[in-house]
Amino acid sequence: MGAVMGTFSSLQTKQRRPSKDKIEDELEMTMVCHRPEGLEQLEAQTNFTKRELQVLYRGFKNECPSGVVNEETFKQIYAQFFPHGDASMYAHYLFHAFDTTQTGSVKFEDFVTALSILLRGTVHEKLRWTFNLYDINKDGYINKEEMMDIVKAIYDMMGKYTYPVLKEDTPRQHVDVFFQKMDKNKDGIVTLDEFLESCQEDDNIMRSLQLFQNVM
Amino acid sequence: MAAGVAAWLPFARAAAIGWMPVANCPMPLAPADKSKRQDELIVLNVSGRRFQTWRTTLERYPDTLLGSTEKEFFFNEDTKEYFFDRDPEVFRCVLNFYRTGKLHYPRYECISAYDDELAFYGILPEIIGDCCYEEYKDRKRENAERLMDDNDSENNQESMPSLSFRQTMWRAFENPHTSTLALVFYYVTGFFIAVSVITNVVETVPCGTVPGSKELPCGERYSVAFFCLDTACVMIFTVEYLLRLFAAPSRYRFIRSVMSIIDVVAIMPYYIGLVMTNNEDVSGAFVTLRVFRVFRIFKFSRHSQGLRILGYTLKSCASELGFLLFSLTMAIIIFATVMFYAEKGSSASKFTSIPASFWYTIVTMTTLGYGDMVPKTIAGKIFGSICSLSGVLVIALPVPVIVSNFSRIYHQNQRADKRRAQKKARLARIRVAKTGSSNAYLHSKRNGLLTEALELMGTPEEEHMGKTTSLIESQHHHLLHCLEKTTGLSYLVDDPLLSVRTSTIKNHEFIDEQMFEQNCMESSMQNYPSTRSPSLSSHPGLTTTCCSRRSKKTTHLPNSNLPATRLRSMQELSTIHIQGSEQPSLTTRPLPTTSNESQGIQGKTKVKCHK
Repeated sequence: MGAVMGTFSSLQTKQRRPSKDKIEDELEMTMVCHRPEGLEQLEAQTNFTKRELQVLYRGFKNECPSGVVNEETFKQIYAQFFPHGDASMYAHYLFHAFDTTQTGSVKFEDFVTALSILLRGTVHEKLRWTFNLYDINKDGYINKEEMMDIVKAIYDMMGKYTYPVLKEDTPRQHVDVFFQKMDKNKDGIVTLDEFLESCQEDDNIMRSLQLFQNVM
Repeated sequence: MAAGVAAWLPFARAAAIGWMPVANCPMPLAPADKSKRQDELIVLNVSGRRFQTWRTTLERYPDTLLGSTEKEFFFNEDTKEYFFDRDPEVFRCVLNFYRTGKLHYPRYECISAYDDELAFYGILPEIIGDCCYEEYKDRKRENAERLMDDNDSENNQESMPSLSFRQTMWRAFENPHTSTLALVFYYVTGFFIAVSVITNVVETVPCGTVPGSKELPCGERYSVAFFCLDTACVMIFTVEYLLRLFAAPSRYRFIRSVMSIIDVVAIMPYYIGLVMTNNEDVSGAFVTLRVFRVFRIFKFSRHSQGLRILGYTLKSCASELGFLLFSLTMAIIIFATVMFYAEKGSSASKFTSIPASFWYTIVTMTTLGYGDMVPKTIAGKIFGSICSLSGVLVIALPVPVIVSNFSRIYHQNQRADKRRAQKKARLARIRVAKTGSSNAYLHSKRNGLLTEALELMGTPEEEHMGKTTSLIESQHHHLLHCLEKTTGLSYLVDDPLLSVRTSTIKNHEFIDEQMFEQNCMESSMQNYPSTRSPSLSSHPGLTTTCCSRRSKKTTHLPNSNLPATRLRSMQELSTIHIQGSEQPSLTTRPLPTTSNESQGIQGKTKVKCHK
């Protein structure tokens, strides 16, 4: 009876071993820690001072001890700032805008580079970054569907309990207004030049771009 | 918002640039960050152990001591650090809370100490993380039970003369040790319960034959005697029940309680029997009612704590018992069905139906095995053996849970009893230690008066009685002296009862507490020519005799009637009086009280002063 049980268990472990190894390998990959380049290099590459980089890194490392942010963590962090609505879609687009190399994880360098553009960059750089955000498939053009997705994601962050209540076609109207403003040649897509030109003509947008100068 | 996520707020705000081109209207102005303070390290010195952290870390929780400006009260200008005179171990946990956002409860820490520290730092214990919350709650519950226990026993021991008659009666019922009458009542009812139960049992024993008829049970042979006994018991029980009903603070709740229901059920059959006539068909029902008389045995649970614990355990294990019952029922039905069909074929089988097989299944599963029903077919025997094996398993599973519950409750009770027993002695010791200070005051007063007397006698005296008291003690003594002068009264024993009764004595001289106490104790034990009683209420009589015997402070006439110890202490005083140079053995004078521990503590407190 003991022999039977023994062979039974060994059979089972044999079956289990390959899958167990696979899980262990996956774990090993995620356990890999990423350490950023030196402080001086980052200081040279971005518009932040050493102190600012230190503060940024401390916050970054606190939330992501492994040194990289994956999309799930990114979504969780961003969702904490918008508890009433669903920030996952916008966070998803944001993540892909941050993840310039499309590796699926944001390292500290990517994070700091993007922040440097957003907070300390020129108007041109900021607008180009925003264009990149809107261009979901990164083909260089923004079409109506991409814009619809972005606008819907932004409205989703507001949540259900708003005043006035969100109507079905409000996003569509919003997108139409946007395209009217941005699409100069009315061909249904917005290119980077059209975008830059239209934004620089609009005072509101220019002013709001300077809003977050002193965030750090 | 979690602590660490606050660090990502700049990122979220920066990412908001993505909304700008989409927006149709202008954005509101951003709040200006006036305090452009660079993030700085602050040093927190907790009882010598230095902790350092960023200022922003602490500011994550602005409604706590460390996160608000309250910590400025603890800022030490000289060392430029924040000094807290608290436990550094617990502070570690508190600081980690700021760092990680999770508050942990270390297992080695005492629960009340931890609670105190949390209250000091302004942190709600509810934030304790899930990993440690259960442990925290368990320990807190245990502590609360202990406190409740202590409070209960304290309330029981307090002599509250303002209790109404009804309340005293209820207390006597609930706790028979409060007075002798209650104890007597307790034992009498216990005796009658025993008599009643034994009567019920003996009633049915066959008692020899009356010539010409079959053997009679004793109940019918001596029916008059048994009836008298029964009547007596029921009368006592009825009186007891009515008294309890009268004394109960909440009559409605009392009627609904289990013990009262048992009481009622125990005495009902008798009254119903009285009321009903000797009708033949009704007397059958009446006989059944007599069964309820056995419930009288449950009345013993008032007398036995173990029974109460057992009942409480069963109540608290109700779910386990229910599970046991349910699984047994399931197994019985399954096996009975199987056995019935297995034995269907055999001739003259006792398994006539499935309900008839229930009996076999129960007897087998509980491993009784009477043998009145046995399977004869091979299939039946196989299934029968499986049935007995599984019976053992099913019954063995919930039993350890019930046992562990019982053991836990039982040990809890034992610990409570032990605590209660030790409590009296502990409180006495604590009281003696606490009164050390006021005793020292009386001693110093006596010293002062003695030095005055010595000076009067003209013997040159150095200050050998002098500075044996510290600054704090002398200030405390001065305070007490001021109070005495203000009120025109003087300090005696710190028993409130005594001091109230004796403060009416306008004797402004201080009275030696030790002598007084010991005097009263000793005289109560010996043949003193005054009222003698162990209770405090008779002390006024003693007091007056004690005090009236005092003439002058400095010259204590040795009185042969007085107990020997008082004599000894007076002799000592006179010794000091004579031998002026002797170091104050007053301060280390052996206390005339009985316990050595109090002496030890007195000695210790004195030594502390010297240091």
